[in-house]
Amino acid sequence: MIRLEGISRTFDVGGRPVRALQDVTETIAAGEHVAVMGPSGSGKSTLLNILGCLDRPSAGSYTLDGREVAQQGDGELTLVRRNLIGFVFQFFHLVPRLTAQENVELPMVFAGVPPRERRDRAAAALASVGLEDRATHRPDQLSGGERQRVALARATVMGPRVLLADEPTGNLDSASGRQVLDVLERLNASGLTLVVVTHDFKVARRSGRVVMLLDGRIAKRVAASHVQEIADVLAGEAR
Amino acid sequence: MSGRDLLAFALRALTGHRLRSALSLLGVAIGVAAVVLLTALGEGARRYVTQQFESLGSNVLIVMPGRVETTGGVPGFGGVPNDLTLADLEAIRRGVPSVSRIAPLAVGTETIAFGDRRRQVPVAGTTRDMLDIRHLTVARGDYLPRETGREPAVVVLGQTVANELFPGLDPVGQVVRIGAWRMRVIGVNASRGVQMGTNFDEFVIVPVATAMRMFDRSSLFRVLIEVRSHGELDQAKAAVEALLTARHRELDVTCLTQDAVLTGLNSILGALTLALGGIAAVSLAVAGVGIMNVMLISVSERTREVGLLKALGAGRRQVLSVFLAEAVMLSGAGGVVGLAVGFVAVQVLIGFYPGLPARPPLWAVVAASVLSLLVGAGFGVLPARRAMRLEPVAALSRR
Repeated sequence: MIRLEGISRTFDVGGRPVRALQDVTETIAAGEHVAVMGPSGSGKSTLLNILGCLDRPSAGSYTLDGREVAQQGDGELTLVRRNLIGFVFQFFHLVPRLTAQENVELPMVFAGVPPRERRDRAAAALASVGLEDRATHRPDQLSGGERQRVALARATVMGPRVLLADEPTGNLDSASGRQVLDVLERLNASGLTLVVVTHDFKVARRSGRVVMLLDGRIAKRVAASHVQEIADVLAGEAR
Repeated sequence: MSGRDLLAFALRALTGHRLRSALSLLGVAIGVAAVVLLTALGEGARRYVTQQFESLGSNVLIVMPGRVETTGGVPGFGGVPNDLTLADLEAIRRGVPSVSRIAPLAVGTETIAFGDRRRQVPVAGTTRDMLDIRHLTVARGDYLPRETGREPAVVVLGQTVANELFPGLDPVGQVVRIGAWRMRVIGVNASRGVQMGTNFDEFVIVPVATAMRMFDRSSLFRVLIEVRSHGELDQAKAAVEALLTARHRELDVTCLTQDAVLTGLNSILGALTLALGGIAAVSLAVAGVGIMNVMLISVSERTREVGLLKALGAGRRQVLSVFLAEAVMLSGAGGVVGLAVGFVAVQVLIGFYPGLPARPPLWAVVAASVLSLLVGAGFGVLPARRAMRLEPVAALSRR
């Protein structure tokens, strides 16, 4: 599904090159549930942005669903984002002036889905995250957990192949976080490839396997059941 | 993204900042209203003047001594013109067959007195033909005799003069003094009101030769010629000019037709209207800068939203059109409000000055509407391009 080969990403910060990612090679199969961990500044977000085609690698090859996307133009990347990838963010990123229903419809608006089909699909997506009775509420009338579930409905309404989540529970209380994780797992169980960036070992433990980044490189790959090894490495780093 | 979706999305964004949107919309509205009101004023002035001159009659030729061009040239060169005399008038009457009526005009100012009432009045000397050429009517009594030969000492009073000199009395048959002249009142003109800046009700009318002697003039002020039909006007003008050239041995008179005067004035007042419209249009440009400012603020406030839209699959063009649509909707709505305010203001103006036929010309209304949309599109491009170029990552990472 996802194949990264020798991916590097260098930023220019005040005239000095900063290497956010160096020579990252990783393959993620269709339907996998992968957690990405690592200390702040280790390159997790950069990796997620490249996976989501929001950013382009400085070097390396990225094959998504059999297609090389690393050096494609804006137009193609827009279509990849629109049709193959769903995003969930730590701070939900709902458009505040639109209702839950309208937020979920937004990707279909840009894709040119006709209004009636849009309404039906958005209503179904909201129902699938248990929010059918919140459709006409604006984000400021929803709880954090509800907002993130609206964001999940929005991320999946176009039927993507990959769902990328950046600290999806980072801003939620534990009960809401569990609800969101339940939805994520259900989606994964139905075949959606899931990549979750997280600090939270409870979240990582619920994934299939864990990739740890350190200074822009992949430092460790472990099964989710062995996430404690990563905790040990991170504790060593902190010391 | 369909046009309807685009408009709906832009509208939601605008109504999210009501005050800010209303204020930048107000700028455009003021500009458009100014264009409508000022061009309506200019057009009103043009129509007013046109109406005044049309009351001259379309088949009237005015002859005046001296060479005056309405289209440039320095008047006064070419020496002192010959007098335009009553003999010239008789020659035209006999020599130009298309002339149906011809009336001389000599003017001056004199004191008119009845008993101990006196009044300084403009005095016009003419003949009976003037009554028909200018479509005047006599309210009481009679008008001047037709002939210019041996003239009786008679006078026709304007309505105002009659009322002030003879309050409550019938002036016909009374004898008044005009300067050193004793004259019998034979009639009173019907009220004509103000025309071309002159109140005809304040005039007194005397036989033409009497007026020339009264003011010691050897030349007439004007000769008014009525031609049988409008079609013969140019030919009559040429004939009059040829005849007077032969009599004076040079062309030292100016023949004006209503058409020539109107053409000249129309172009002057048309240019005035255009200039007023142009000045008002400048305020539209200022309003455009206001829109640009508001849109720039909006883009920087919504950096995160732009990143989100891109992450959700919005293309560069779609982001551009979302922000352009907002700018155009702002200015378009301003245009609509401005048109409404402008037309109401014109009606209020007409309420205060009913005589002024103020109405914005169609070209100004169309230009103001189109311009208001163009202002939004033009000044919206920069902010919209800025939004389009935002990198989705950079946009999203900002909180």
